[in-house]
Amino acid sequence: MNSPWGHPAPSSDGNGGPPGLRCHHRVPHLRALEAEAIQVFREVAAEPGKAVLLFSGGKDSAVLLRLAEKAFWPARFPFPVMHIDTGHNFPEAIEFRDRRVAELGAELIVASVARAIEDGTLTDETGPRASRNRLQTPVLLDAISDHGFRAAFGGARRDEERARAKERMLSFRDDFGGWDPKAQRPELWGQLNGNVKPGEHVRAFPLSNWTELDVWEYVAMEGLELPPLYFAHRREVFSRDGMLYAASDFVERLPGEEVFEETVRFRTVGDMSCTGAVRSYAATLEEVVAEIAATNLTERGETRADDRVTEAAMEDRKRDGYF
Amino acid sequence: MAPVDTPQRTSELLRVATAGSVDDGKSTLIGRLLLETGQILEDQYEAVERASKERGDGYVNLALLTDGLRAEREQGITIDVAYRYFQTAQRKFILADTPGHEQYTRNMVTGASTADVALVLVDARKGVVEQSRRHAHIASLLRIPHVVVCVNKMDLVGFDEAVFDAVAAEFPGAHAIPLSALNGDNVTERSQSTPYYTGPPLLELLEELEPAPDRDDTAFRFPVQWVIRPMSDEHHDYRGYAGQVAGGTVRPGDEVVLLPGGARTRVEAIDTLDGELDEAYYPLSVTLRLEGEHDVSRGALIAAADSLPEVVRELEATVCWMAQAPLRPGARLRIKHATQTVAAKVESIDRRLDVNSGEHEDAAELALNDIGRVRLKLAAALAADPYSENRATGSFILVDDSTNDTVGAGMVA
Ligand SMILES: Nc1nc2c(ncn2[C@@H]2O[C@H](COP(=O)(O)OP(=O)(O)O)[C@@H](O)[C@H]2O)c(=O)[nH]1
Repeated sequence: MNSPWGHPAPSSDGNGGPPGLRCHHRVPHLRALEAEAIQVFREVAAEPGKAVLLFSGGKDSAVLLRLAEKAFWPARFPFPVMHIDTGHNFPEAIEFRDRRVAELGAELIVASVARAIEDGTLTDETGPRASRNRLQTPVLLDAISDHGFRAAFGGARRDEERARAKERMLSFRDDFGGWDPKAQRPELWGQLNGNVKPGEHVRAFPLSNWTELDVWEYVAMEGLELPPLYFAHRREVFSRDGMLYAASDFVERLPGEEVFEETVRFRTVGDMSCTGAVRSYAATLEEVVAEIAATNLTERGETRADDRVTEAAMEDRKRDGYF
Repeated sequence: MAPVDTPQRTSELLRVATAGSVDDGKSTLIGRLLLETGQILEDQYEAVERASKERGDGYVNLALLTDGLRAEREQGITIDVAYRYFQTAQRKFILADTPGHEQYTRNMVTGASTADVALVLVDARKGVVEQSRRHAHIASLLRIPHVVVCVNKMDLVGFDEAVFDAVAAEFPGAHAIPLSALNGDNVTERSQSTPYYTGPPLLELLEELEPAPDRDDTAFRFPVQWVIRPMSDEHHDYRGYAGQVAGGTVRPGDEVVLLPGGARTRVEAIDTLDGELDEAYYPLSVTLRLEGEHDVSRGALIAAADSLPEVVRELEATVCWMAQAPLRPGARLRIKHATQTVAAKVESIDRRLDVNSGEHEDAAELALNDIGRVRLKLAAALAADPYSENRATGSFILVDDSTNDTVGAGMVA
């Protein structure tokens, strides 16, 4: 038998009173966050039910999968995993996705942006700054309505961006997937209201209260596997707007954007066209955690071109139904 | 992979809610806490520097760090509860930043519902105003274990001891600190200007307070969220009850009662993916196996056999009303209590609380942001504790049938 976190055992503090009479359990913050996330998974699976877990291939998805696994063990988690595939993914992320899903015996749904473009439903952006980021939104919304999902789990965290700081654990979306920041359901005592009408759905964010550092520490504590992109490796990159991007067939380079080799790692994993790399020699989990703890740039500001466009970039996309 | 040993790993979680009137300096104080604990990164700080210049502020306006939504940035006010995170070697803090103006009650009740500590800001120049009293009343109504009164802008009153004492005297039982959020006095470092204040600076105090210790002293409560039945070959007959411990402690062998039915049994094991546990307590999420076969589904409450909650078809509760249309007797709603939802009808509204004075007055209805005593009739039995004994099994939300919105929050009397 174990203490709840293996070792070391939690210290019980007598609070000055006689031992045994008053015992205040000191729960490490990662275990408290884990318990909260598990509670959200179970609650949403029950109400409104008919859920799906959105998987991006990144570290937040890896943590989400682990928590979903814990929430329903020894049963399999009662929902499929869905990836909105832009066709511009890092191959490492796809390989990781397929392997994890197979290990868990989960059902994988791939909703393809490329297919929507072929169908003529969507039009691809062109040019050196083309991105399929915006195209993900309609594909996601169509997939949710085609499958009749009432809830979609996502890995968004409130520490990522100022608009997200105000989003609830359960974010209620109308028929168009839009988010109305002024009409959010208050969440009291951790009590979730997952009621939806036909055509509506909720986005559920079990990692709302986690920070980037929490995610990394949890990955380390649980010994979770991540795609190799997160660790320092040699890669062909080019520099744009003060950020490094992976050279790939998906990105047209502007004149003067020379490709060179650099030792880098990624802090987030999104599309190859809009996810920047950082110069880093942090090749192991320990080194990455140490680097994150000491870093002085936020995750999004450093590596996500899509958020830098305007101050209110994220908020605008959320109103449109983005993750 | 070997686990990494970092000091953060053993830090605890403390939930803090802030309250203050507009311009008391709440955003500035939060900005300073974030800054001084190293949460503000270079690019965020630069963005705030830039924005401060654009606005014509003569200084780096730390309040801008926490202004979330576009509408708020434009109007310079905070609309909705926003969550902030900071961490020291001892603790991780989740700070619910609740705005002080319109919708104040709804927002503050929301932020306060899970808080271990409430920070009530008072502008030293203005002294205790009606809103400060209101915040203190709500904090005590929600039974936030600790209230810290932050007497801010002390720099503008020459750090006058008499000013500080006058405010502190109005909040007996609370911890008062003389502060300057703008300059940092008594935020993370003891101020040279307040020799009369012998307590710790704010951050140190937050590191020391006990996070809601009452949860351990209460009787064991476990609302069932989900029944786990793998029906795989390996776990063919497995049946486990998944949930989060809402109070007290449970160990294998403990006698429990399954409510509302009332069957008595023992806990056979406490399961997690990481192995069986010797004990589970708030806030752990676990799965219980029980001795014998039982008809238990989502919505049931597993409770310590020696200390049972009442099983009721009627509830008397303090309700905070959050919808535009007033709540009147006869209204039909859904009540979500722990993991169970049942239909409810408002029998009567007995009185309203004047949150400014703390006095009760007769009332026939509750308007938006009103708090009052309500009697509810339930379509099915619920196992509920008084809110004073358990914040989870003693609270509920009210849901409107037609819109599905959360329209009220209740605390069982
Ligand atoms: N002199 C002084 N000014 C302060 C202090 N704290 C906040 N302020 C100023 O008071 C004004 C309102 O502060 P803000 O943080 O926006 O208030 P909020 O509405 O409570 O969030 C701003 O101009 C701040 O710079 C303080 O400790 N001393």
